Amino acid sequence: MSSKLITTDVLVIGGGLAGERCAIEAAAAGHDALILSLVPPRRSHSCAAQGGMQAALGNCVKADGDNPTIHFLDTVRGSDWGADQEVATIFAEEAPIAVRELAHYGVPWTRVRGGKNKYFIKGKEVEIDEPLENDGLITHRDFGGTAKWRACYAAAGTGHAALYAVDSEVVRLGITVRDRTEAVSLIHDGTRCIGAVVRDLRNGSYFAVMAKATVIATGGYGRIYGQYTSNAVINEGTGASIALDTGIVPLGNMEAVQFHPTTLTPSGILVTEGCRGDGGYLLDKNMHRFMVEAEPVKQELASRDVVSRHMAQCMRDGNGVDSPYGPHLWLDIRHLGEEHLRTKLLEVWDICRDFVGRNPARDLIPVRPTQHYSMGGVRVNKDGQAYGLLGLYAVGEAACWDMHGFNRLGGNSLAETLVSGRLIGARVAEFASGMTLRTDTGVAFDALAAAEQKAKSWLARSGSGPSIYDIRDAMGETMMHKVGIFRTGEELAEAVRDLGQLLDDCDNAVLRCKDPGVNPELAFALRLKGMLRLAMTVAKGAEARTESRGAHYRTDFPLRNDRDWMNRTLVRWGADESDPTFSYEPTGIVDLPPGHRGYGSDERIEMTESIEAYNETVHKEQTRHGRLETVETMGSRLRRGAWQSVSG
Amino acid sequence: MSDGQAARRLQFEIFRFNPEDKDSKPHTDTFEIDETPFMTLYIALNVIREKHDPGLQFDFACRSAICGSCAMMVNGRPALACRTLTADLPEKIHLYPLPTFKLIGDLSVDTGTWFREMAERTEAWIHERLPFDPEAEEERMSDDIAAAIYEGDRCIECGCCVASCGVANLDSEFLAGAGLNRVARFMMDPRDQRSDTDWFEVVAGDKGAFGCVGMMACADVCPKELPLLEVYAYLRRKMLGAALAKNDD
Repeated sequence: MSSKLITTDVLVIGGGLAGERCAIEAAAAGHDALILSLVPPRRSHSCAAQGGMQAALGNCVKADGDNPTIHFLDTVRGSDWGADQEVATIFAEEAPIAVRELAHYGVPWTRVRGGKNKYFIKGKEVEIDEPLENDGLITHRDFGGTAKWRACYAAAGTGHAALYAVDSEVVRLGITVRDRTEAVSLIHDGTRCIGAVVRDLRNGSYFAVMAKATVIATGGYGRIYGQYTSNAVINEGTGASIALDTGIVPLGNMEAVQFHPTTLTPSGILVTEGCRGDGGYLLDKNMHRFMVEAEPVKQELASRDVVSRHMAQCMRDGNGVDSPYGPHLWLDIRHLGEEHLRTKLLEVWDICRDFVGRNPARDLIPVRPTQHYSMGGVRVNKDGQAYGLLGLYAVGEAACWDMHGFNRLGGNSLAETLVSGRLIGARVAEFASGMTLRTDTGVAFDALAAAEQKAKSWLARSGSGPSIYDIRDAMGETMMHKVGIFRTGEELAEAVRDLGQLLDDCDNAVLRCKDPGVNPELAFALRLKGMLRLAMTVAKGAEARTESRGAHYRTDFPLRNDRDWMNRTLVRWGADESDPTFSYEPTGIVDLPPGHRGYGSDERIEMTESIEAYNETVHKEQTRHGRLETVETMGSRLRRGAWQSVSG
Repeated sequence: MSDGQAARRLQFEIFRFNPEDKDSKPHTDTFEIDETPFMTLYIALNVIREKHDPGLQFDFACRSAICGSCAMMVNGRPALACRTLTADLPEKIHLYPLPTFKLIGDLSVDTGTWFREMAERTEAWIHERLPFDPEAEEERMSDDIAAAIYEGDRCIECGCCVASCGVANLDSEFLAGAGLNRVARFMMDPRDQRSDTDWFEVVAGDKGAFGCVGMMACADVCPKELPLLEVYAYLRRKMLGAALAKNDD
């Protein structure tokens, strides 16, 4: 194996939308940027985002009067008050810019057609006259948990179109992308991050990259749920994992895991929320629209956490459709008609044809909730700086920035990647401009040697031992069935025990493949312990959080508890420490007081502390937990009280 | 689903070669596994790797026919492995890596380098724009034009068309279906200011639209069913127009 050391100004780990947009900002500012990607960047999981990207442009009739304040309100309510409200404000204000910038990069957004348009709303066909003066503007479709139609889209290939446009900008700027590479550890001296050790997935060799700034943009960790995820096989949380290994950088809200209501049974492949946004509905085995009674106002378009719970309950009550792969429900989009399905929902058409052999204009689609999104991730401040290590940033799904809190709204993640990529990319560029490259290569060579040694020790194990794939499958079963949609203290304690055993098994696992080169078995083995450690932080975090908030639902503590849990979970766990350490920080400065979301349960345990008193503590407490000082002062971007002008 | 039918025993003959292993020589290995309902080649290949040969190299990411990672030769035809149902194949299944791309190992090939080079060569981005104005309303576009561009944008760069192309198999610089489709996508985009004459340099000649000998295997194998015949016709029409205009100068 050839070892080497390379340098760059800005190292971006991950070639999806967030990472690439961040690299563009750094390169445009004159920095040398290097993107590492597990796959050619256009194959990143951003390409699988289907239905839309939220931005309050307010261009069609059903979006009329929309603005960033309403988007902010929807986002905070969606988060079940777990979001940092300043970050949600920044996000909602910048999302329209990000959408228009994508148009500038070439995304063929679906546009307003002036004149009469047919839509399906709450099961009824309606005709709406779109004003001719709006013809040709970017249009919107409905998504869950929003007061207005806000999702901008390109058929059901929005992520694909966005990723190709952004990657074309990366190519235009000549940014170097090393595909088939994986960052396996961060190089740091305890206070500053100076790069990463990388494994080349073409040949199995290792190299070190030294950089002024390092950005983690590796996406989510859905694969800790094994096969029970809509995520790509590459979404193994490697970025969060190497940050956790430092023992310095905390991960935030790892127990906040989203289950998407409509993934295909049995494969778990995503079927976009745009299906319900465009008027599709959910049916049980008796062809009954159970969501109408469950959520009279929003029906199928309540937030994902709420819809997923109603679906899971419906199946628990015996109203699921039996199949060899367990019960499922039906998604019905037949009434939208073949023309709509083969244009605005073309990717759904293809997926139904390819994976269940069904024609959605004629047939029902078998769906059930599956792990979909990681709200948790590397905890960063509003500038994207990781807590605890100067020079380390995180962006997109890999980060806990934290605009999603305990439940993300559909279409907000695609928007987050571009908004945060732009903003945090600019902060990274500023930071890199003020830094000189560290030249103490000793730390880098030590980290490189440690990574190579890890691979050697896996290969040196002999005899019989557990198979890494059996461990992975057992992890998935534990996570889905004990750390899933409905959680109890008892099952979570079991999950913690299971995962502890699997961590021991992992230390005793033996590889059967000793081939030189990338060695696919070794490649997965090198990630497995990190995945188990992430799974443990999810399970333990969920066990400790004795309330229900957003996607974290405890049947033994069914109420949201703003008195005791208006906070964010932080977890640190150095690679050589036996147990993770949990702590809790205030979510951020609260402007919109905790209240009813407008869907789901209206019962909760109220805050006893005044909001003023709570807000007083935020800066000091977050700083105590490792937050680095931001360029602009905390709270400066909040629009205090702006939400009061919005009715409803 | 094959409920009620006797499960088949599938026989896979798979190309093997690990360029990183000095002792490795190109050959094929045969594996037998039991077919299960809804089995795709994604499922089958993972079963083979996890139960039979942990060294087997192949690529998957989205496993839902969106990312384009898993194209390979399936019984002689390029196809996306993730969406290929074994039920649609005979019991004996031959899997080979895509030709025309550099082999990484076994069924894994380097499509990333090919497509990045293609994008650089054709400058596959919107040209000669004014700088982005974050304050401005978006430029208007008719929904019909947006839909037409989207149609061209749907290519997932899986490489099936390149691998199936007689010309690309002989000439590594030929743009092939995916490259020419990419060019057409930008050519029809009103935001791209390149003139037909600018395009002429990129796409006329035997590496571009006139290199195609018209076998159109690309259109037969494209998993996204892109209208590649129409793409070629469009490009040739545009380039002939540009050539005639040039001669008039």
